[in-house]
Amino acid sequence: MGLWPFILRRFLMSLLVLLLVSTGTFLLAHAAPGSPVDTILGERAAGNPEIRAAAEKRYGFDKPLPEQYVTYVRNLFRGDLGDSVSTRRPVMTDLRQFVPGTMELTLAALAFALCFGIPLGIIAAVKRDRWPDHVARVLALTGTSIPVFWLSLILLFIFFYHLHWMPGPGRLDIGMSPPPHTTGLITVDALLHGEWSVFWSSVKHMILPAIALGAYAMGIIARMLRSSLLASLNDDYVRTARAKGLREREVITRHALRNAMIPTVTVIGLTTASLLAGAVLTETIFSWPGIGRYGVDAARKLDYPALFGVTLVVAIAYVTMNLFVDIIYALLDPRIRVH
Amino acid sequence: MVSAIAADESPIQPGAITVRKARTPLGDTIATLRRRPLAITGLAIVLIWLVLGITAPLLPLDNPNQQNLSARLEPPGREHVFGTDELGRDLFSRVIYGARVSLPAGIIVILASCLVGCALGAAAGYLGGPLDSVVMRISDAVLAFPSIILAMTITAVRGGPGLGNALIAVGFVLWPEYARLMRAQVLSIRENDYVTAATALGATKWRVLGRHVLPGTDAPIIVKATLDVGAAIVLTAGLSFIGLGAVPPQPEWGAIIKQGADKGLEYWWYAAAPGLAIVSVVMGLSFFGDGLRDALDPKRRS
Repeated sequence: MGLWPFILRRFLMSLLVLLLVSTGTFLLAHAAPGSPVDTILGERAAGNPEIRAAAEKRYGFDKPLPEQYVTYVRNLFRGDLGDSVSTRRPVMTDLRQFVPGTMELTLAALAFALCFGIPLGIIAAVKRDRWPDHVARVLALTGTSIPVFWLSLILLFIFFYHLHWMPGPGRLDIGMSPPPHTTGLITVDALLHGEWSVFWSSVKHMILPAIALGAYAMGIIARMLRSSLLASLNDDYVRTARAKGLREREVITRHALRNAMIPTVTVIGLTTASLLAGAVLTETIFSWPGIGRYGVDAARKLDYPALFGVTLVVAIAYVTMNLFVDIIYALLDPRIRVH
Repeated sequence: MVSAIAADESPIQPGAITVRKARTPLGDTIATLRRRPLAITGLAIVLIWLVLGITAPLLPLDNPNQQNLSARLEPPGREHVFGTDELGRDLFSRVIYGARVSLPAGIIVILASCLVGCALGAAAGYLGGPLDSVVMRISDAVLAFPSIILAMTITAVRGGPGLGNALIAVGFVLWPEYARLMRAQVLSIRENDYVTAATALGATKWRVLGRHVLPGTDAPIIVKATLDVGAAIVLTAGLSFIGLGAVPPQPEWGAIIKQGADKGLEYWWYAAAPGLAIVSVVMGLSFFGDGLRDALDPKRRS
């Protein structure tokens, strides 16, 4: 099958999954104890039958479930996710405010995971069973074994509290105002507007949370690359390349690595889930204003509209990322388009 | 094969039948494991924690709930090996007692998740048809959510904090991967000739499934379940950390880390001890799981 039919099929599958995801979120929302009205009104108002009836009519809770579902889907397409109970603002507004923070942190963590995970994987495979391999594997194992929230605390304790090398929680130094909002990513915006001190402050604040968040992904990527590179290096085409007289470095980079990257790319897509999930915990510890921290606050306060808004948005991001990775995978390896 | 003839011939003539003990899959697995010191170390770590957890009430430990307000937030010392918390409770015993909460929680969640997931996956793979589509689409939908986000939502929907709610959430988040794995296994084993032969000989669907298909599916699932116990413990601890899992005074490791983090970075010992406990268990399970993977795969045995 060609590339385009494959992409179309995967795209339709993703849409189906998104439909299921939004339906699942809807069902979860209605599985919550008590009527959803209770969470929106607050105790005193909910006790008054007139106010209750009015609210139910306004939000459509008095209609049968299928009709509520249709309203729900229609609202989704309009971008209406309801109002947050705690901030009293539309959830969509809150999300728009906090998504850039999470995106910035997730991208930084991914950069860290790739910059360290890929070289570690290559070193481990090329120097197999010698000491660099063992060191690399221990580092990878450490990354996957340490819970992200504990690693955040340890890093904060060592590098901020004890050594004072790194700044503490938050995106910027206290009292520093963020640059004008162009992309929402503080580092990029600061660069665009020439605010160097803001730029450096935001970069420094990002280092520890990015390491904490990216450590697990780094470990997975390193392990995956090591095992697939080892498999590639044992293959016939590598033997041919060496027999042709290519330098070892070229054998590795131009031949073995290319094939080894294919399963690694898939793994990178999967680790996006770990990054999104880990962001929840990292943002809480580092007081990072992102949708992870917003979601945790919502869960704690049982602010259902906000919580379900976050759940939905994150799931959509994840499904989209997976689709993207599958397409890249199909581009790199023509064999999988056959399925 | 043991030969009765060779057994009483001495000296053994060249070309005589050699005596050898019969090999079994289980024997091969154990033999491979024994040659991997890392796997044995991992298993030892996990077993030590299990034993500590089970025998905790019998050990000479301070009462983990015993408050001692004159000894609040003390750093590690001779009296309290891991220090004390804000109520003067001994953290060393709280961490050991925590093994009675965190470890069984992880194991039970994985057992339940694995059973449900594998049952659904085997049914989907073997029976096919609409059941297959439904199970797979639901799996895809559940897997579309990053684990902790879905777990958070489920816990909140069930009314908030509580270890039981957290475990249900974690179990729900993890079953689809088992369903997928089992289904893939069943689909590939189904094509083998011995399965066709059994069916041709008149075996019922149940017998073919139970006697011929399922036994071949065990290896990857056992490995995954072993490694997942660590993931379940970490996920449950994470939920406790954000306040949605175990609540004080339950000495769940994640909950203790949360209390330590709330007190402040200067009380470093508070969160360090339970964290190290989690890391040691997860690493032990990783070592053992990796060794198990080698031991159960006929192509990688030594």
